[in-house]
Amino acid sequence: MSKVNAILQGTLNWVDERFPLTSNWKAHLSEYYAPKNFNFWYFFGSLAMLVLVIQIVTGIFLTMHYKPDAALNASGVPVAFASVEYIMRDVSWGWLIRYMHSTGASAFFVVVYLHMFRGLLYGSYRKPRELIWLFGIGIFLCLMGEAFFGYLLPWGQMSFWGAQVIVNLFSAIPLIGPDLSIWLRGDYVVGDATLNRFFAFHVIAMPLVLIGLVGAHIIALHEVGSNNPDGVEIKKKKDANGIPLDGIPFHPYYTVKDIVGVVVFLFVFSIVVFFMPEGGGYFLEYNNFFPADPLVTPPHIAPVWYFTPYYSLLRAVTYPLFGIDAKFWGVVAMGAGTLIFAFLPWLDRSPVKSIRYRGPITKWLLSIWIVGFFILGFLGTKDPAYKFFGFIPGAPVAQLLSLYYFLFFLTMPIWSSLDRCKPEPDRVTTK
Amino acid sequence: MSCDEKVDCGRRRLLVATATVGGVAGVAAAVPFVASMLPSERAKAAGAPVEVDISKLGPGQMMTVEWRGKPVWIINRTKEMLDAMTKIGDQLADPKSDKNMQPEYAKNETRSIKPEILVAVGICTHLGCSPTEKFKTGAESGVDPNWPGGFLCPCHGSTFDLAGRVYKSKPAPDNLEIPPHMYLGDAKLVIGEDKKA
Amino acid sequence: MKKFLTAILFAPVLAFAAGATLHLDSAPDKSSDMAALQNGAKIFVNYCLNCHSASYMRYNRLQDIGLTDAQIKDNLLFTAEKVGEPMKIAMQRAEAKVWFGAAPPDLTIIARARASEHGSGADWLYTYLRSFYRDENRPTGWNNVIFENVGMPHVLWELQGEQVMGADHKLALAKPGKMKPQEYDAMVGDLVAYLKYMGEPVGEFRKKLGVIVLIFLAVIFVFAYALKREYWKDVH
Repeated sequence: MSKVNAILQGTLNWVDERFPLTSNWKAHLSEYYAPKNFNFWYFFGSLAMLVLVIQIVTGIFLTMHYKPDAALNASGVPVAFASVEYIMRDVSWGWLIRYMHSTGASAFFVVVYLHMFRGLLYGSYRKPRELIWLFGIGIFLCLMGEAFFGYLLPWGQMSFWGAQVIVNLFSAIPLIGPDLSIWLRGDYVVGDATLNRFFAFHVIAMPLVLIGLVGAHIIALHEVGSNNPDGVEIKKKKDANGIPLDGIPFHPYYTVKDIVGVVVFLFVFSIVVFFMPEGGGYFLEYNNFFPADPLVTPPHIAPVWYFTPYYSLLRAVTYPLFGIDAKFWGVVAMGAGTLIFAFLPWLDRSPVKSIRYRGPITKWLLSIWIVGFFILGFLGTKDPAYKFFGFIPGAPVAQLLSLYYFLFFLTMPIWSSLDRCKPEPDRVTTK
Repeated sequence: MSCDEKVDCGRRRLLVATATVGGVAGVAAAVPFVASMLPSERAKAAGAPVEVDISKLGPGQMMTVEWRGKPVWIINRTKEMLDAMTKIGDQLADPKSDKNMQPEYAKNETRSIKPEILVAVGICTHLGCSPTEKFKTGAESGVDPNWPGGFLCPCHGSTFDLAGRVYKSKPAPDNLEIPPHMYLGDAKLVIGEDKKA
Repeated sequence: MKKFLTAILFAPVLAFAAGATLHLDSAPDKSSDMAALQNGAKIFVNYCLNCHSASYMRYNRLQDIGLTDAQIKDNLLFTAEKVGEPMKIAMQRAEAKVWFGAAPPDLTIIARARASEHGSGADWLYTYLRSFYRDENRPTGWNNVIFENVGMPHVLWELQGEQVMGADHKLALAKPGKMKPQEYDAMVGDLVAYLKYMGEPVGEFRKKLGVIVLIFLAVIFVFAYALKREYWKDVH
């Protein structure tokens, strides 16, 4: 036994002299001190990593069988569309890999939205964590691009018309717009050239950027240390050895805890994959089981659920402004709706970080914002003529909520400093 | 593993148990991914057994059919061809077909089920070229003045007799492969299936 | 605060429930009835597979619904030579477009594509195949209640008979067919069950495997949770 240990120790020493293995292990796991009061909301960071791994692994195996080709095969079906059905039927276990990937796309947004919401609740974007937050916003934008490019690949009706609509958004940009959208497509309509470049972006470009940003996100986090539900800095109170009094080593404490989170997540994930892979038409849209047909637009097109809040922002703008038509300002609203999160660290002027010690103004305004975000998302899946309960018209509601969406952020410097906050404790609290 | 006082035995047991269950889950999760790289249903359908009608294949004639993307030769050998084959045993690398390049039922003098009909995969066992037929005998064949008829691989010059047996001192190490096959009737041949499996 | 949050979170859910205008009859669930699926396959091959292909569906996949390769070869293999081949058709798409105005769609995954917020794809197909009526204004002489100005004539009319649209916007059987209405509905039920199966042949296996996966994950959860509790005894 001791001989084996000696050999192992020797090998480790050999490696450590050439590569900082032990020191990295310590810095990021066994001696990375995380606050001991993490709650439910702190699972979603590691879960996002898990989903990233699932997407990359399933993606690699899908790439082995998928063909980005818009030409029609002998049966008159686009090759790309047929190759997806080939994966679903002819490749052993292909159906499982594909469902994992399609469910994983939605799961990614679920965990990332919850992860971001955690940041909003506990002020995780506040000083000194501004860069973590910015890298995170980069990941979020990258993820949206990844999802958008990937959505074209099955080459179904929703894929085609979704890409058509989004690429045409760029044509709203004054002067260069129309040429820009042709350049993006590489054709006058969404076609084979578009499919191939989207494939390249989806499987190579975006994943590379995404992984780089995830690395930067984690390195920045481990530099400044994690925030916690109380929003107090654990590094302010250290023991004689310089270890935060309220900190515990990430490994083993949070590794074993995160494993529990992973198992619970996989349970929910499996329920979707095995029992409702279409997710009621929200994860795999029904119209996408029709191959792309450039001559027929489906009667009702809506983006996938994770884009719908921003789609509502886009549709809410119906007035031309400064002599430029409403379409352009819609695009601006949609872009601003995603980018505005990046300014949170500087918009929030509250003396405390965590929602636990913030006053009623923040609690009310944030609650309304969240509900508004859900309703905007819901309306984005519907026809513009949709009416709640058959009589409350959806369009003006969406406009009102869009206005609130932006006002919430733009007036944040005022209301966040006015709020009646409770005093923060010195140390973290546990139940 | 021994438990001394420094180690918490309950914790260690739980750790090993969890790692075991997790490991089983990991292996199970890997199965679909590994299996997805096997031939798909499309590949299997394309590689399905091929039915061939050989009623029109006259003596001394050869036909080629495709099975699993490879050329399969069917040759109706004449009496003279069969006789010539028996005399060249000492020039061949594996005249008795000892190496496992054929199903049991084709491990005989003629490497076939019916003596005159040879079914062989037309892929050289050296590096995978397809040999060309050299049925003409003697100098006329352009191979050798004493050539009794057979095949010559254009890539590296390996030669085979009319039972697909390779000549000595040639690059190819083995006789040509005999695929699984069977007769459904007198003139109906199935390649790729022999009901044995 | 929490109650308030819950209340407003659920308000939109209630609003979701409103809507739905198109009424669909619900198709009988025959997804594990092998006899019905086999009958459906026979009807599909005889009536549909002349104009519509099912180009992702291999004949030998019908083993899923209890048929042997020999049975498939003897009874169903009309458009191919080998059981490993997909259900293709001889008709050229360009020609079909001239004849019907639009090329008849491939039907392999039609039961998935026709799903909507109004009902499952099976419900849509079940309603559609029972909603043809005589309409002399159409070139084919047929129209359909849920698919207005449909290009396809009523292929099963000999079995169902001829329906007409009454002044009350309801269908009535004007000329009976070879089958009684109940028999016709049952037959369409079988056909739709087959189309649903064909849309996702792995569907039944997927659910069975899912149960095993969930049970296994539940077992892992017990261990993982125990391990977490064990370690977190240290943390005060």
